[in-house]
Amino acid sequence: MISSLTQAERGAAMLITLAGMVAGLAMAAAGQGDPMGAHGWIVLLFFALFFGLLARAAYGSDELEDRSLAYYDDPTKVGILLSLAWAVIAMGMGVWVAAQLAWPDLRFDAAWSGFGRLRPVHTSGVIFGFGGNALIATSFHIMQRTSRARMPGQVAPWFVLFGFNLFCLIAASGYLMGVTQSKEYAEPEWYADIWLVVVWVVYFTLYIRTLARRREPHIYVANWYYLAFILVVAVLHIVNNLAVPASWTGAKSYSAFSGVQDAMTQWWYGHNAVAFFLTSGFLGMLYYFLPKRAERPIYSYRLSILSFWGITFFYIWAGSHHLHYTALPHWVQTLGMTFSVMLLVPSWASAGNALMTLNGAWHKVRDDATLRFMMVAAVFYGLSTFEGSFMAIRPVNGLSHYTEWTIGHVHAGAMGWVALITFGSIYALVPGLWRRETMYSWKAVEWHFWIALAGTVIYVFAMWNSGIIQGLMWRTYGESGTLRYSFTDSLVAMHPYYVARAFGGLLFVTGAIIGAWNVVMTIRHVPRQVPERDHPTTSETMEPALPAAE
Amino acid sequence: MKTFLKPLLKPFAAFFEGHAKAHYRLERHSLGLTAAIIVAAGIGGFIEIAPLFTIDETVEAAPDMRLYTPLEQAGRDIYIREGCYACHSQMIRALRDEVERYGPYSLAAESQYDHPMLWGSKRTGPDLARLGEKYSDDWHVRHLVDPRALVPESVMPHYAFLLDAGLDVESLPDRLAALRAVGVPYSDEMIASASADAIGQALPDTDRADGVFDRYGEETAVRLFDGSADRVSEMDALVAYLQVLGRLTDLPAQIQPVPEG
Repeated sequence: MISSLTQAERGAAMLITLAGMVAGLAMAAAGQGDPMGAHGWIVLLFFALFFGLLARAAYGSDELEDRSLAYYDDPTKVGILLSLAWAVIAMGMGVWVAAQLAWPDLRFDAAWSGFGRLRPVHTSGVIFGFGGNALIATSFHIMQRTSRARMPGQVAPWFVLFGFNLFCLIAASGYLMGVTQSKEYAEPEWYADIWLVVVWVVYFTLYIRTLARRREPHIYVANWYYLAFILVVAVLHIVNNLAVPASWTGAKSYSAFSGVQDAMTQWWYGHNAVAFFLTSGFLGMLYYFLPKRAERPIYSYRLSILSFWGITFFYIWAGSHHLHYTALPHWVQTLGMTFSVMLLVPSWASAGNALMTLNGAWHKVRDDATLRFMMVAAVFYGLSTFEGSFMAIRPVNGLSHYTEWTIGHVHAGAMGWVALITFGSIYALVPGLWRRETMYSWKAVEWHFWIALAGTVIYVFAMWNSGIIQGLMWRTYGESGTLRYSFTDSLVAMHPYYVARAFGGLLFVTGAIIGAWNVVMTIRHVPRQVPERDHPTTSETMEPALPAAE
Repeated sequence: MKTFLKPLLKPFAAFFEGHAKAHYRLERHSLGLTAAIIVAAGIGGFIEIAPLFTIDETVEAAPDMRLYTPLEQAGRDIYIREGCYACHSQMIRALRDEVERYGPYSLAAESQYDHPMLWGSKRTGPDLARLGEKYSDDWHVRHLVDPRALVPESVMPHYAFLLDAGLDVESLPDRLAALRAVGVPYSDEMIASASADAIGQALPDTDRADGVFDRYGEETAVRLFDGSADRVSEMDALVAYLQVLGRLTDLPAQIQPVPEG
């Protein structure tokens, strides 16, 4: 892969890795005796690895291709593999923490293996490691195809991909050492946050520069969603992570916000991490891979406009539904509830648009597990957005908040929607990307589909039941007019559901392992086949970016 | 029916028609799209968050509110480090069953010096907003060392290692200074004597303990939280923090008299 870089690109990459090594060394020296020092060593080793690889090939031969003739897919390939690796690790971590709730001594007798420290490894690992890598990889693929233009340069995409993975690595290793801001889904400390901003700025400029080179007058809908994902996540990340470090030589920092303002800022971030990381970006995936795989044009252009701006505008208001009946002023709760309910319109417009696109291709859904992944993802998207709007209604939230129901809701979205659309997209993408005839095993894709679906259903039903039982037990009064159940009673009632949940999660991660194995076998054992039309051209008839409307 | 609905729907149809046409032009310009996304996504957050800083009634006035002592703040940092917030909320909602189970509902004033807040989102374990002085120090220490020895059904991880870990008191002046930078009114004196105060609060009947009373009030709990006078452990800090939860101000009890019966 280094061999396809020009000498100038290799030089630039070496300078960047050198700067990274210096930064790592500085962190290691300054942060002695603090987790920041350990992070310094990780940064140093990370960049040293790439520096070494580059140095070895610095004056080596180059196989420069004619860049006007092909898309740049190497970063996409590595991104897909990283995404699968994170999926297996982070989902496995999820099974472990789930098992700890059923059997609390199922851990090592060490500080790092407690639920509180492992839980963010699972959440960040799945959201950022699995989801983030899949988003970056597919966005590189889609922005080039729908623009019919190659990415500019060959250093920036690698910087974005590896820089982002360094962030994930610092985040996950930090949690194990107890480095956390405690803000859910924004746990990493100040230096990791600053690094992510740098990576994100490069990501945005890369996207805009590719769009500027496009040979299409219009920007395809998938790109709007990816753009919204990149832009809004940047705004959310910067504002919610504003903090003052206790010292420049340690990891600990204190949030700029406190109390009620902090709660609102955090859930403005938290809910829109769901909106713009876990929804917007993955809708971009859906809008490209679903019509492509079904060989049908998107059902309605106008519906996609309506849902895009509806989601972009409405979602931002919805965060305060996480704070019903709390010390947050009532007017903000009411605004959050109202917009959450209205949000159902653009959400179902998207889900409906996806399902209607399949009209005329339902026989393919039946025969092709890859397309079925995407179809079921769209169904779960519709289900979980309905559930979300419902749970945002104040009295419903009175029952559901703080209970396992929330966990069930999140996983209906994360497993049923985000993970299934990602796996569907990966199966659609991998053979063409590696220039292979087909996936290694279609049976394995079928198995993955059914195992993942069974795992999701078991998980979600277990959490729905347990959450509603828990919520009801907390508010049940006995005949004497006193609370009927102690907290411990409700905890005991959870046990069978915690076991079922761990089993559902185990099925799901088994599916992911089958998927990762299948992708590796595809790369290693399936004969080569170069697709006829997969290169930048100026002519729409030579290479339509997507199936055209009749 | 149709003739009745048509004029009603007309403005909406016109809006979507215009919207689609405008979008058809907009989607040819990447930077125009960028600006439009930022504006569309910026409005809601601004309208919901900015007024929380300017409307005075958002946070009640609590004149008797005291600050966390350095030892309690250190305990709070340990609470965060161990991820306790993942399973314990610190926000009692204004619902009858919650008030009866946990105590007066939480007020915004109570967490006004909490950077960040720890309201939480999940109760795998019970709410802790009014935990302070509900149990003895000894109960907390034994519970943290082996939760299932006291509550057989518990699924809480054990934190025995906190007993053996010496508390890092050196960094406390820096920590308090950073907290002052984000708005907690620590005085110069409090910051300068943060390390000594942390040790003093866990060693009663010493000169350093007197300093804690001087700076944080006579009501401050100065005790051998972990039961040992050998040194100040992380267990001292965490238990000191747990014992002050809900006790920084009397305001909730004042405005929510305990219901009869």
